[in-house]
Amino acid sequence: MIKLQRLNKVYGKGAAAVEALRDVNLSINEGEFVAMMGPSGSGKSTCMNILGCLDTPNSGHYLFQDTPVEDMSRNQRALLRRHFIGFVFQGFNLLARTTALENVELPLVYRRIPRAQRHAQARSALASVGLEGREHHTPAELSGGQQQRVAIARALVTQPSVLLADEPTGNLDSARGHEIMELLSKLNREQDITIIMVTHEADIAAYAQRVIHFLDGRIQPEQGN
Amino acid sequence: MWWSALSLALKEIRRNLLRSGLTMLGIIIGVAAVITMVTMGNGTTAKITAQIENLGSNMLILRPGQRFLRGSRAAAKPLDLSDSEALRRELSSISAAAAITNRPMSIIYGNTNWTTSVTGMENDYVVVRNWAISAGRNITDGEQRAGAPACLLGETVRRELFSYQDAIGETIRLGKIACEVIGILTSKGQSTMGSDQDDVVLIPLRAHWRLISGGQNVSHIYLSGRDGVDTNKARRDIELLMRERRHIGAGDEDDFNVIDMKEITKTMTGTTEVMTSLLGAVAAVSLVVGGIGIMNIMLVSVTERTREIGIRLAIGALEREVQRQFLVEAVVLSSVGGMIGIGLALVASYFIAAAINIPLILDGSIILLAFFFSALVGVVFGYFPARKAARLDPIEALRHE
Repeated sequence: MIKLQRLNKVYGKGAAAVEALRDVNLSINEGEFVAMMGPSGSGKSTCMNILGCLDTPNSGHYLFQDTPVEDMSRNQRALLRRHFIGFVFQGFNLLARTTALENVELPLVYRRIPRAQRHAQARSALASVGLEGREHHTPAELSGGQQQRVAIARALVTQPSVLLADEPTGNLDSARGHEIMELLSKLNREQDITIIMVTHEADIAAYAQRVIHFLDGRIQPEQGN
Repeated sequence: MWWSALSLALKEIRRNLLRSGLTMLGIIIGVAAVITMVTMGNGTTAKITAQIENLGSNMLILRPGQRFLRGSRAAAKPLDLSDSEALRRELSSISAAAAITNRPMSIIYGNTNWTTSVTGMENDYVVVRNWAISAGRNITDGEQRAGAPACLLGETVRRELFSYQDAIGETIRLGKIACEVIGILTSKGQSTMGSDQDDVVLIPLRAHWRLISGGQNVSHIYLSGRDGVDTNKARRDIELLMRERRHIGAGDEDDFNVIDMKEITKTMTGTTEVMTSLLGAVAAVSLVVGGIGIMNIMLVSVTERTREIGIRLAIGALEREVQRQFLVEAVVLSSVGGMIGIGLALVASYFIAAAINIPLILDGSIILLAFFFSALVGVVFGYFPARKAARLDPIEALRHE
């Protein structure tokens, strides 16, 4: 489903250039739950951004469902994100002063889903993350764990092919973190959603079926899990 | 998509009501200023036109002497009654002509006296000056021919001499002569130049000659152009006929001149129209300044909402969708400001027009123009911030605190 071939990414130029990714090869199958680990600056976030089509590699190939992404325009990548990718961020990234329901509806607005259907889909997405009855709360009225659930509902409401989670538990205490991880692995198991997650906590990574270790822009040989 | 952009913009404006209001203030004041200025200008022009028409429509005035040489006027050959008769008889472009002569005199009734100009005139004068008789009757042709001592009073003279008494049939004294009041002229009020048009006494021309001035002097001939005839043509006709009658050679200049009230109207309204455009243009500058205010606030808004823009881009908003969102917001701000400005202008125009006593003439096209201009200001000054928002890098934007 996702294939990276000899991917390179360099930030900056000349002497100041930083090689964030070096010859990265990676293949992720549908329905997998993959964790990417590594110290900061190891390239895992860069890799995540490229996988999420938010960034482009300098060289190499990125095949998303057999479609090459590396040469796509900004708008084409936006459409790809719109239709196939859901994001969950460390900082939740919900719209402030906007209700949970409206936040979850946002991707549907860009998909031009009619209002009534939007409401229904957003409600059921919120229900699936256990937030029934909180539809009209704004982020400020929700706890961190609940906000992250809203963010997950927003990522899932479009039924994406892949869910990208960048340190989803980074801003949560460990109990809430484990709740979120339970939720993600349940979604992976029951709805067969492909999940790629960045984390630096080993116990969080343990929820994944496969762990990929980054170091200095390279993927370390897999150790089996 | 436009609809959702619109509702999003309205929501965003409501969220920051105070700031939105202050942002719109520039546009509100600009639009209100443009419309109010133009409305005031139009009202003033209309008032001046009405006042000049009140003097007599299609009125032309013939007087001896050259136009620009004041000193030569006395030296020029005077007009006489045959001139007005010839003009009336021979020119089809003229509907009325009246020779007049004036003399300021003291007018006495009982123990009241009043000094005004006594005008000896042919009966057409009442027609040319657009007067009507409010009480009594006009001077008859018989009285005119006989030079009977019968007089018409302007409203001011009537008020000064008779106050609440009935003046018709009373005898007043013009200097040494006695004269019967046979009619009162309707009030015309002040002229554009500020003189009181009702401060007059009219008597038959021959009576003036016989009893007051003692000659056959004609100072002016007042003429009316025929309805539907260009007053320029009437004027040329008068000039040609007068040159012929006064035996002026082909190369020589006129020793008389013709004043066309239409031209005076045009000159005066032309001046106020220029003033109107000027004031409107100055006011339009404030609209542009208002637009810069909108751009300023939109740029602040883009920076403030960088994270939101990042989220929208990450979940798949296209550049043009983000750009549209911010552009619509700017246009909504400016056009709502425009509408409030129109409302303010209507109220302000109403009160100012009442205060300075001019008619309220609302020009729909200016109102529409001001509104579209305000919306255009939103498009122009919203474009740059909207573009800035759309071009943000989603990764950077999401990191923005």
